[in-house]
Amino acid sequence: MQEWANQLCESRQFGSKMTDSKYFTTTKKGEIFELKAELNSDKKEKKKEAVKKVIASMTVGKDVSALFPDVVNCMQTDNLELKKLVYLYLMNYAKSQPDMAIMAVNTFVKDCEDPNPLIRALAVRTMGCIRVDKITEYLCEPLRKCLKDEDPYVRKTAAVCVAKLHDINAQLVEDQGFLDTLKDLISDSNPMVVANAVAALSEIAESHPNSNLMDLNPQTINKLLTALNECTEWGQIFILDCLANYTPRDDRESQSICERVTPRLSHANSAVVLSAVKVLMKFMEMLPKDLDYYGTLLKKLAPPLVTLLSAEPELQYVALRNINLIVQRRPEILKHEMKVFFVKYNDPIYVKLEKLDIMIRLASQANIAQVLAELKEYATEVDVDFVRKAVRAIGRCAIKVEQSAERCVSTLLDLIQTKVNYVVQEAIVVIKDIFRKYPNKYESVIATLCENLDSLDEPEARAAMIWIVGEYAERIDNADELLESFLEGFHDESTQVQLQLLTAIVKLFLKKPTETQELVQQVLSLATQDSDNPDLRDRGYIYWRLLSTDPVAAKEVVLAEKPLISEETDLIEPTLLEELICHIGTLASVYHKPPSAFVEGSRGVQHKRLPGSTGLGESLESPDTGSAAGGSDAPPAVIPSQGDLLGDLLNLDLTPPATTGPPPPPTSGMQLGAMDLLGGGLDSLLGGDLGGSSAMGAGFGAAPAASPASFSAPVSGGLDDLFDLGGGVGMPMGAYNPPKTVWLPAMKGKGLEISGTFARRAGIIQMEMTLINKAMSVMTDFAIQFNRNSFGIAPAGPLQVLTPLSPNQTIEVALPLNTVGPVMKMDPLNNLQVAVKNNIDVFYFSCQYPISVLFVEDGKMERQVFLATWKDIPNDNESQFQIKDCHLNSDAASSKLQGSNIFTIAKRTVDGQDMLYQSMKLTNSIWVLAELRVQAGNPTYTISLKCRAPEVSQCVFQTYEAVLKN
Amino acid sequence: MIHSLFLINASGDIFLEKHWKSVVSRSVCDYFFEAQERATEPENVPPVIPTPHHYLISVLRHRIYFVAVIQSEVPPLFVIEFLHRVVDTFQDYFGVCTEAAIKDNVVVVYELLEEMLDNGFPLATESNILKELIKPPTILRTMVNTITGSTNVGEQLPTGQLSVVPWRRTGVKYTNNEAYFDVVEEIDAIIDKSGSTITAEIQGVIDACVKLTGMPDLTLSFMNPRLLDDVSFHPCVRFKRWEAERILSFIPPDGNFRLLSYHVSSQNLVAIPVYVKHNITFREGSSQGRFDLTLGPKQTMGKAVESVLVSSQLPRGVLNANLNPSQGAYTFDPVTKLLTWDVGKINPQKLPNLKGTMNLQAGASKPDENPTINIQFKIQQMAISGLKVNRLDMYGEKYKPFKGIKYMTKAGKFQVRTYQHFLMVQTSM
Repeated sequence: MQEWANQLCESRQFGSKMTDSKYFTTTKKGEIFELKAELNSDKKEKKKEAVKKVIASMTVGKDVSALFPDVVNCMQTDNLELKKLVYLYLMNYAKSQPDMAIMAVNTFVKDCEDPNPLIRALAVRTMGCIRVDKITEYLCEPLRKCLKDEDPYVRKTAAVCVAKLHDINAQLVEDQGFLDTLKDLISDSNPMVVANAVAALSEIAESHPNSNLMDLNPQTINKLLTALNECTEWGQIFILDCLANYTPRDDRESQSICERVTPRLSHANSAVVLSAVKVLMKFMEMLPKDLDYYGTLLKKLAPPLVTLLSAEPELQYVALRNINLIVQRRPEILKHEMKVFFVKYNDPIYVKLEKLDIMIRLASQANIAQVLAELKEYATEVDVDFVRKAVRAIGRCAIKVEQSAERCVSTLLDLIQTKVNYVVQEAIVVIKDIFRKYPNKYESVIATLCENLDSLDEPEARAAMIWIVGEYAERIDNADELLESFLEGFHDESTQVQLQLLTAIVKLFLKKPTETQELVQQVLSLATQDSDNPDLRDRGYIYWRLLSTDPVAAKEVVLAEKPLISEETDLIEPTLLEELICHIGTLASVYHKPPSAFVEGSRGVQHKRLPGSTGLGESLESPDTGSAAGGSDAPPAVIPSQGDLLGDLLNLDLTPPATTGPPPPPTSGMQLGAMDLLGGGLDSLLGGDLGGSSAMGAGFGAAPAASPASFSAPVSGGLDDLFDLGGGVGMPMGAYNPPKTVWLPAMKGKGLEISGTFARRAGIIQMEMTLINKAMSVMTDFAIQFNRNSFGIAPAGPLQVLTPLSPNQTIEVALPLNTVGPVMKMDPLNNLQVAVKNNIDVFYFSCQYPISVLFVEDGKMERQVFLATWKDIPNDNESQFQIKDCHLNSDAASSKLQGSNIFTIAKRTVDGQDMLYQSMKLTNSIWVLAELRVQAGNPTYTISLKCRAPEVSQCVFQTYEAVLKN
Repeated sequence: MIHSLFLINASGDIFLEKHWKSVVSRSVCDYFFEAQERATEPENVPPVIPTPHHYLISVLRHRIYFVAVIQSEVPPLFVIEFLHRVVDTFQDYFGVCTEAAIKDNVVVVYELLEEMLDNGFPLATESNILKELIKPPTILRTMVNTITGSTNVGEQLPTGQLSVVPWRRTGVKYTNNEAYFDVVEEIDAIIDKSGSTITAEIQGVIDACVKLTGMPDLTLSFMNPRLLDDVSFHPCVRFKRWEAERILSFIPPDGNFRLLSYHVSSQNLVAIPVYVKHNITFREGSSQGRFDLTLGPKQTMGKAVESVLVSSQLPRGVLNANLNPSQGAYTFDPVTKLLTWDVGKINPQKLPNLKGTMNLQAGASKPDENPTINIQFKIQQMAISGLKVNRLDMYGEKYKPFKGIKYMTKAGKFQVRTYQHFLMVQTSM
């Protein structure tokens, strides 16, 4: 008692309370020495107090490892608390004192046979925590006994011990057959043992991706479902996560599992709820949608998800990240629950931002008024990040729900009136997007925007404003002044703004050439001469060359019609989404990355798929995730951020024009003026460069096959190719052109034989014909005319047969075509009726062109757009074909197809099967999306085509077949 | 599974660490500190933080960050739920969960953590079982232990852990057998500036304190079980019976526990028990604003609204406020701009009012933000959803227990949005 009093006096700072905090006060010198003496004391009580002090020191991170032998000496005791404390110490320090740790082995072996199951369990638990190789083999026998112990409490503890041991020495565990014993425990009579066995096996399986540890069959599933009802909440999580890996045989099994899992949705533990949601979301895929139970299940999923949102903010956050996935996959579940996502002003910021995201995903015509009112409210909050996101959200609503666009724009204008600097800037950025989505609708607000020009200090907002001024230069009286004001500080601007300014001024010049010559020259020289930024310089040169060589082409390029921006650009790719749905509740679901992207701890995780879903959506995935699956540390696929998207949008100005007919001859004075203006200076500047690249252009023009010298303009062709390269398309292979066939036999042509084919060269469709005069007389006065046809193909010029065709003479003619002629649907679709006239008669024949000549050069879809479009096109429009006897590998096929303007957007490999996702665009702006499956060693390809105009599929398929087989 | 746990106090000191597998250096917490620095408020630290080799999952409770370190794919909710359980256990054992309490009981804390998790797998998290394994410290027991040298670690196998009813220990005996149930409802609402309800929902719980001898089997039925369409049960509740008959049937744990929690969503009509009249005005060209706030009861079925506390974050431009409460006291913190008004009870005859002026920074224009008013209140003897217990029956034991049911409604996140009037100055010649 006297000692106690002394100690209490020492711990002055904690007053007279008899607490453990006294252990924190032992910081003085010689502490270890004192403890050592106390540990070796004869008095039990003093010993225990000493061990307690040691543990306390250890807890706060002090090094007390020097006391190892003394503490181990205290181990052989009947006092349970003391034993536990010593065990605690052992676990912490055994690693640093492996030789000493061996001293403890005997006690473990003895304790494993203690009549008290609590001690047996404690021993087996502690054993596994001693991470010393030397010791582990001594522990195998005791562990084996404990795995078969009569007391389930010991068995369940031993099950976890197997996982611990596996972590230390996997080989040993396998050699000793512990894995099989563990598998047997799945059929144990005690649910807790089952749950722990499942947990241990899952952990082991994570480091053994290929082992067939969790051999799930209907019998084990039944065992698990039975144990599910009776084990602890944590055990339920392990079992549910394990169930989620199972693929039911049919919809009936699927339904029966769902029925038995549904009660877990009412569990108080949110992790159980979310794991149950995962199982249900996955197995639901297999249920027929017309089943009553399917609807019931959908209804049952909403309340637990909503309840998660009333939990603590940390739980809410994880729940919201998962709900974000769920609403993308099955929006119907929560479509009536918009209000629970309304933001409370004292929600933590991470909850606010997530709620906002989900609000937009759930926004629809039905609730948009409410959503907008809320967003407007948020835009007056204090937190800047949140306010910005709220303003962006208004823009996203406008783009998503067309009916609301007008209200969104007026809300944004209201916000601009607040003059709060960052609100104004965000508003301008989103209004630019709205202009892109709804051209020629809301331009009346430009004046208001221009009023705020001076307050913009963020690059993104400046760039957006400049884009607007450039795009609508003809409607803004003082556009030149506005842009000029930006030009003054050109070198201080960020690249984003510089590029935008360059493009905007070129646009302005093309629209108002008379007043802005000086300006454009100024910006071109700033961009090309005074800048170190290669992007800026190259863009500057390209514009300069375009303007100087062919202002009309420049106009077509710079002022080209831009594709509308898609509605849901921020959607997660369907395959990634499907994978993430299989991982609901995990870290992967919080980060929206596939588990393979987590380098640590997932050595080759297998990709999970939703069962039952068919078609292509299932397998669509980006190359990122595909390569990540191979275990490389490829960048994880993330949701395309707003930033990327905007960048792309801004750069769209550079994509090649959609119409690619040969430019009409320059005639107007303005264009000539432009030539004069820039021509002189340019020659000297660009002399060598120009020659080089026109040679390059010519090279490109000549590259495909052996084309007869045609009248295709080398310069403009070269430019097109240049732009192709700029767009990152890469070096195209030659396009496949079918061989010539006889269209008009001499018999019918009164001696004139015409054979021919179609080709697309440098963006120009050509009809290449061989005319042979098999008659006895000279032929002259050739002319050609087309009947109306499906794509409006028409000759772009007269048939150039300049010299009379004498008997037995052969002439090669290339007739450039455009697609601006009258349209009439033909059968077959690619049928073309032609009339050729000469001095003898008029001859009629029909021929079929390969539809590939209509594939334009900018047919490479943005990946996100592709995904959205693929989803958007109804499945009825999908058609599937087989291509037999094709011996190319997927890469060769891809580059071959690219030669014909069929662009590969993504490639993915699953089970040795390559899947290429491709897009092509027809001259009339019809997009065709394709999925090409190539199995190594199998000469039969499968191709699925999706298009809003499914009639073209047959022709497209023929093209594939022709291109791939030649 | 959970690798390690660090406890970090408000000033950023790691005051406890526990490792269930190999030791993770505490330098891993630097990533947490970075995130903490970036966060404007303590509660804005993101709950999941990735680091190159680990993930940090944290909860903030009682101004302590509980930071769990995980290395492989683990369900984050699992970790968060576990951390909550740790906090609850500490609170249960030490009465409060503070740094001082944890330090005072560091050995018990360590023992608890060791029992709660084995190699990262939850082992014993039910408070009943834990208390059998490790006796909670009481002043008396500490004294007794000190004198007799006995310990606070139980010697027998925690029997409950293996039975079919793991939440209840066997051999419970009381001289007074009693079962109390508290129906507590929290109402979360957002009221817009014109006074109409944007969203309102009720989070309800039934907390029980059951001290019954033996193995009692209870049933609890409701007058209007239809209200409960979104419920989470304690594991003791027989789900099948609920599905079929809408009756709660269960063998209760011993002592305090949460029998069920439920949610009445915004799609049902939720009664709003108080209203607020507010008038916040700024005058153009003047550095003064007017503030006028009146509270009143509605839809309270005649029950009194008590413990009313109003708080509001005034705009940043407000320097100070001179207000006059008709009852209670108010404070305004000129640094945080937080206005709080402790109203007390609302007297329907004489509605509480807070009125006065706010001073803006000289020359400042009208503030941009609209302040939100947060209201806390309590209403005794009423569950705002209308939920009512019909009867409570006991089977399996012969004695007659004493039964009691209490109702209470509280404000959860109850927020009223305001707007600012803006008076143009009339210039007269």
